[in-house]
Amino acid sequence: MDTVILARAFFGTSLGFHIIFATLGVGLPLMIVIAEIIHQIKGDNDYSIMAKRWTKAFAVLLGVAIPSGTIVGVQLSLLWPGFMEIVGKVISLPFQIEIFAFFIEALFMSIYVYAADRLPRYFRLISVFFVAFGAVASGILITAVNTWMNTPDGFKIKPDGTIYDVQPWDAFFNPSFVSSAFHVAVTAYMTGAFAIASVAAFKLLKKRSDRERAYHLKGLFLSLTVAFLMSFISALSGHHSAQILHQYAPEKLAAAEGLFETQRYAPLAIGGYTDPKTEEVKYGIEIPWALSWLAAGKFDTEVKGLYEFPRETWPPFYVHTLFNLMVGLGTLLLGLAAIALLYWWFFVKKRGRPFPKWLLWFLVLSGPMSMLCIEFGWVFSCSGRQPWTIYRVQTTAEAATKNEDLGVLFLLFLFLYALLSVLTILILTAYFKRNPVSKDMDKISG
Amino acid sequence: MSEEVLAILMMWSFIFIYSIFGSIDFGAGFWAMVYNNHKTMAGTIANRFLSPTWEVTNVFLVLLVVAFVGFFPKGAYTLGTVMLVPISLILFFLAIRSAFMVFSYSVQGYRKTMFFISGISGVLIPSLLIAVLPISQGGFISGDVSNQSLLIAKLFTSPTLYLYVLFGLTSELFLSALFLADYSRVSNNEKAYSLYRSNAILLGPLTLLSALFTLLFMAPEASWLVDNLMGQKIWFILSLLAFCIAYASLWWPKQNRPGIGRPRFTLLVTVLQYGLASVGYGLAHLPYIVYPDLTIYEAFTAKETFYSLMIMYIVGLAILTPGFYIFWRLFLKDKRYLQQE
Repeated sequence: MDTVILARAFFGTSLGFHIIFATLGVGLPLMIVIAEIIHQIKGDNDYSIMAKRWTKAFAVLLGVAIPSGTIVGVQLSLLWPGFMEIVGKVISLPFQIEIFAFFIEALFMSIYVYAADRLPRYFRLISVFFVAFGAVASGILITAVNTWMNTPDGFKIKPDGTIYDVQPWDAFFNPSFVSSAFHVAVTAYMTGAFAIASVAAFKLLKKRSDRERAYHLKGLFLSLTVAFLMSFISALSGHHSAQILHQYAPEKLAAAEGLFETQRYAPLAIGGYTDPKTEEVKYGIEIPWALSWLAAGKFDTEVKGLYEFPRETWPPFYVHTLFNLMVGLGTLLLGLAAIALLYWWFFVKKRGRPFPKWLLWFLVLSGPMSMLCIEFGWVFSCSGRQPWTIYRVQTTAEAATKNEDLGVLFLLFLFLYALLSVLTILILTAYFKRNPVSKDMDKISG
Repeated sequence: MSEEVLAILMMWSFIFIYSIFGSIDFGAGFWAMVYNNHKTMAGTIANRFLSPTWEVTNVFLVLLVVAFVGFFPKGAYTLGTVMLVPISLILFFLAIRSAFMVFSYSVQGYRKTMFFISGISGVLIPSLLIAVLPISQGGFISGDVSNQSLLIAKLFTSPTLYLYVLFGLTSELFLSALFLADYSRVSNNEKAYSLYRSNAILLGPLTLLSALFTLLFMAPEASWLVDNLMGQKIWFILSLLAFCIAYASLWWPKQNRPGIGRPRFTLLVTVLQYGLASVGYGLAHLPYIVYPDLTIYEAFTAKETFYSLMIMYIVGLAILTPGFYIFWRLFLKDKRYLQQE
């Protein structure tokens, strides 16, 4: 493998691993805050138990999120030194502000975990709020750098590569920042909620005491409500992000849709794959006019096709599949949450019937599916930008390290990620086995 | 003062702050391993300090990287290219250490493994970190500016590296022993206090000796640095003076009570000692980031970026200060936390 591909594989793996923990690290604190608030309003102890147990899981996940985030942050300089040289000059601001968000999260996480028993209730709520704030702020700030790679702004560059006329805040608030950062935050909330719905649904599959069933039903209802809201907003913001592509990165949208000819009344291709030989989408369903309408709200919108651009700057064809998987899974999840909530309203709440097994099994899958959605989205966003690292400014080959020792290090880190994954699962199961929810309930009532 | 000098001053300040906190952090991990199950509770005290703080210290490490990229992008390019292997190893150990710190809090069964991992990595990570210093003083990088690489074999067979590591490790253990002596005293555990105090008494002179040897056996490529260091004599003399005062204060009588030593005073003066020496070393290192190819002037970021970064540092610090204050109150001062069984 040549160094550039190896660097991409290495960094992609690191990022893909970190994203799992980072996403839950943003999503779970929101759920904890909501549970704490409901507890304060309703006085129902079950919500306090939820907050406590979710915090426990969150703390374990943070044990991987922090080091994997440190790894990704530092590996940027190790694997993409050419890229970081430009980043340092133009877009180091969000990185630096992220450190402050990171500090806020770390400080208040320690306070919430290690000093909870010495704090008044309201201060516990304040600290968990700051944890949630720090987490989502980190996510948004790091996305600022990624959006700048997609739609670079705030600097000028001479043909010899010299950078001048830098406007750091313009780089920060580049054209796709607001839309994508919002999308990242909301989808993280959606995934955190679905992850909790997964666990609650799983717990409801087995026979349990009425007391425990009631507890898990509350958890399921709360998480489904949040998940439904967030997936609905995600769909809208995803749509907005696609419109930004139409405006600022047309070849990415063209590749996502497998569109080759520039046209008005462009069709939307769902499913299938882009055949590199015939240069068309095969086995897909075409909805006439739909792409033009989605791209800018009018059927006669002209959507640029790939032929408009030099062939060597075409993104890889598989991004069509990634894009479909992301949108498809997201839509499926939105529908699933809606069905489950309707079922809850008409049958569980009004008639006291339990959830049917098949629906619970689907809900068990919702967390992993939501996570897959996020992964597909990131891989789409980054592969769809190829061959560029900074769109139309720097190619990935120019950005990559020239060091040839990557192979062994890649293996070392693959081992590390496997080890951490296994350990995380072991620790979580060991802890929750030793501390079942009944124990927490006894503690509170006794 | 030019922007470049201001930036490197900020950078050195961050490095200095991290080297103090990092020493205490990694050192506490080491002492917690050594005194695991010790009858004085010295290990428990070290771990009690470490549990809530390591995460915050870790953020400082990320801050160093981010600040360096922001202030000196070209430096990030050079060091990123050259330091791929050592920094990757640091990341590897750091990840395992962090994960076990968190895991052991959740499941008691992992405590022993955690003490071992955190203790060992408390020696390995700082050793790798300090390797930046000998590398930056020249002679270990081959190739021209466009295609640089680290001469790993030369580095690992060079006495300079090992003397730097020795100096780094003795300093780490000295500082952390002093800190934990103070922490033990605040926790009202005189036995643990005297244990850490005697470690500090032993380590203090060793730090001086290893510093001296590092200077004497500097690699021939670093003669420029030795010459410059000689020009900064005054800082090192002041630093030595601070050391003497700090070291002597280990025997001063305690105020109003029986007992010996003033650990808080000793710690603060020792930090001052390292601060003074860092000023001398930093001035001697100017203007180079990596000798002889990279100076702070070539590596400097865009001016506009520099000013917005400076403004944000001030804003960020103002926002964070109350957070740090609450944190300090809860974990370094609150008797309910310090004196639990």
